[in-house]
Amino acid sequence: MKSNSLAKQAFGVKVQIKNILDSSFSNKLIELGFITGQTIEVVFSAPFGDPIAIELNGSVLSLRLEEAATIEVENTNSL
Amino acid sequence: MKIALFGNPNTGKSSVFNLLTGLRQHIGNFAGITVEKKSGSFQIDNQQHQLIDFPGVYSIYPRSKDEEVVYKVVSNPKHPDFPDLAMIVVDSSNLERNLLLFTQIYDLKIPIVLVLNMWDLAQKRGVNIDIEQLQSYFPSISIVTTNARIGLGKDRLIQAIKNHQLIAASNLIVEDFKLCELENKKKQEEETRFRYQFLKKVIAEIEIVEKTKTDTLSRKIDKILIHPIFGYLIFSAVLFVIFQFIFSFASIPMDFIDAQTTNFSNFVSNQLPIGLLNDLICQGIIPGIGGVIIFVPQIALLFLFISILEESGYLSRVVFIMDKIMRPFGLNGKSVVPLISSVACAIPGVMATRTIADWKERLITILVAPLMSCSARIPVYTLLIALVIPKQTVLGIFNLQGIVLFGLYFLGLISALLIAIILNLLIKKKEKGFLLLELPSYKMPRWPNVGINVLEKVKIFVIDAGKIILSISIILWALATFGPSGKMENAEKYVRANPSFTQLPEEEQNQKVASARLESSYIGIFGKAIEPAIRPLGYDWKIGISLITSFAAREVFVGSLATIYAVQEDGDENLRLIDRLKAEKNNKNESIFTLASGVSLMIFYVFAMQCMATLAVVRRETNSWKWPLIQVAFMGFMAYFGALFAFNILS
Repeated sequence: MKSNSLAKQAFGVKVQIKNILDSSFSNKLIELGFITGQTIEVVFSAPFGDPIAIELNGSVLSLRLEEAATIEVENTNSL
Repeated sequence: MKIALFGNPNTGKSSVFNLLTGLRQHIGNFAGITVEKKSGSFQIDNQQHQLIDFPGVYSIYPRSKDEEVVYKVVSNPKHPDFPDLAMIVVDSSNLERNLLLFTQIYDLKIPIVLVLNMWDLAQKRGVNIDIEQLQSYFPSISIVTTNARIGLGKDRLIQAIKNHQLIAASNLIVEDFKLCELENKKKQEEETRFRYQFLKKVIAEIEIVEKTKTDTLSRKIDKILIHPIFGYLIFSAVLFVIFQFIFSFASIPMDFIDAQTTNFSNFVSNQLPIGLLNDLICQGIIPGIGGVIIFVPQIALLFLFISILEESGYLSRVVFIMDKIMRPFGLNGKSVVPLISSVACAIPGVMATRTIADWKERLITILVAPLMSCSARIPVYTLLIALVIPKQTVLGIFNLQGIVLFGLYFLGLISALLIAIILNLLIKKKEKGFLLLELPSYKMPRWPNVGINVLEKVKIFVIDAGKIILSISIILWALATFGPSGKMENAEKYVRANPSFTQLPEEEQNQKVASARLESSYIGIFGKAIEPAIRPLGYDWKIGISLITSFAAREVFVGSLATIYAVQEDGDENLRLIDRLKAEKNNKNESIFTLASGVSLMIFYVFAMQCMATLAVVRRETNSWKWPLIQVAFMGFMAYFGALFAFNILS
């Protein structure tokens, strides 16, 4: 099982949230639905690779890479 | 009854608000906090209800200053805006995230009407919600389904309000719920996690998802609009169209307003007896009001476009593709629209910064926005360019005057970005900025929402900024009308005593008198007093007077010069004024308006905060005089030293 940061995921791969690292905005991430166990997917990115767009429960949210880096995920296929 | 409207962003909350209140809306401030409060009223069976629209939030714990109001109101039952009933609008296709806010307000024991909006969209995406099951979880609330964008569900909303028993919840989700303190983020996280666990359980029971929930059409559109090349090309094209409209079409109503103000002022002036009151009304108040209304077409047009882009979902894509580019400047993807808007006019630009959640990024955007060359600078630029830049062609195809004009715009843009970098280093803050933005599905704009939004922005400007603009106009009028006792009368007598005076046509007589009076008024005295300070820039006291009067608005510079030099303004070309200015000599018989002093003046106008309307709006948006004054200071500093530099290089 390898854990990894959401900032480094390929497009179109479903991943599961393992952990949200502490930050000044972690409470906000959680409020948006980034909670442990939630399945998410990076769907596309802005032209310079940052920010990225993430599908969560049918809606698309945008995160800067540095924000995404605080979300640890795990590939669902490797479960 | 006081009803509060809550909901996440992009849930169609404003559609619900507009559906219930129509045009009976007004803007004020929440008591004790300066966040804008949109409220409206409606009647059910002759009973008046007040509906207060709160900012769209994901949680009662705020992300930005704007959002704090939700927390402050719901946490304090004694707050004058504390609701008797909360109406919570949710996006039915995304219940889980939307219900988080609902559970918080539910636990505060505020009676609730839960509005399952976008019902059709949810069904289209294959999301079916078992309302009876949902009701059994929350027996005290009323549940209504609506499709507010297309106006469906108003009757059901009204029925729900009418029949509501105003009972508070008894089976709380978090037992003995107490709100966390704003600073205690760890506790907030725990609470949110707990609520999501609960919601996951509930949703599993009440929601049946048939198909995949992905919105494939939006995904396809995004492929184009976020494309590394087409994305930016399309954005540029959209901007181009907006500017075409603002520049070419706004000028029609603006010219009309300008002409009507003058006509009305002349009309009133002829009706009232000659005297101070007449002057105050016709030269102070009416032009002051005209100076407010003249901005309305630009503000309305700009917000028309912004609302359409926002409603359609495109605006969040602009933020998405521009964020990375703006970040090195301490700005945010959301700064793009305000800055670009400022090329038309900084007032709507500054007003458009409200969407920026991060205070520092928003503040920097507000502070640099007036450096973008706005359309009020155009009359000043064109006059000065015609005056000192020769009409000639450079490199075979380029018009030199055109290049200079472009250069002034470019200088404005570059300086805005540079100052942003500096401010980013200077302004301290505890927390890092974040974006966390939703990219909603694309939708057709809903026109009533667009219309109401435009109306609202115009109203805010006219009422709030208007007060300050009008007061400064009156002050400037007074300074130009009064002088130390007897001085102005003496000046007038002196002019009239000139033997050739009576032979002049009446119009020229009046101009000569006006010029002499202005020279000996307080403003004239100020103009002369600042002459030592502005002489190094290549200006004399006559230009000094125009600099002071054009603090009201940049374009006043042209009219002031015309008054001082006692020439009739003659339309856009200003040929007579230009001839007169070209002939102007100082006491050493050198031309006043040379290439050096002309360019120096242009630079001055690129940088200086010569616009009281912007000042008023910045005060309103930052809620203190501190930032507008800092802005006046640093822009003035740049203007002075920029002009000094230009004058010395060129002379």
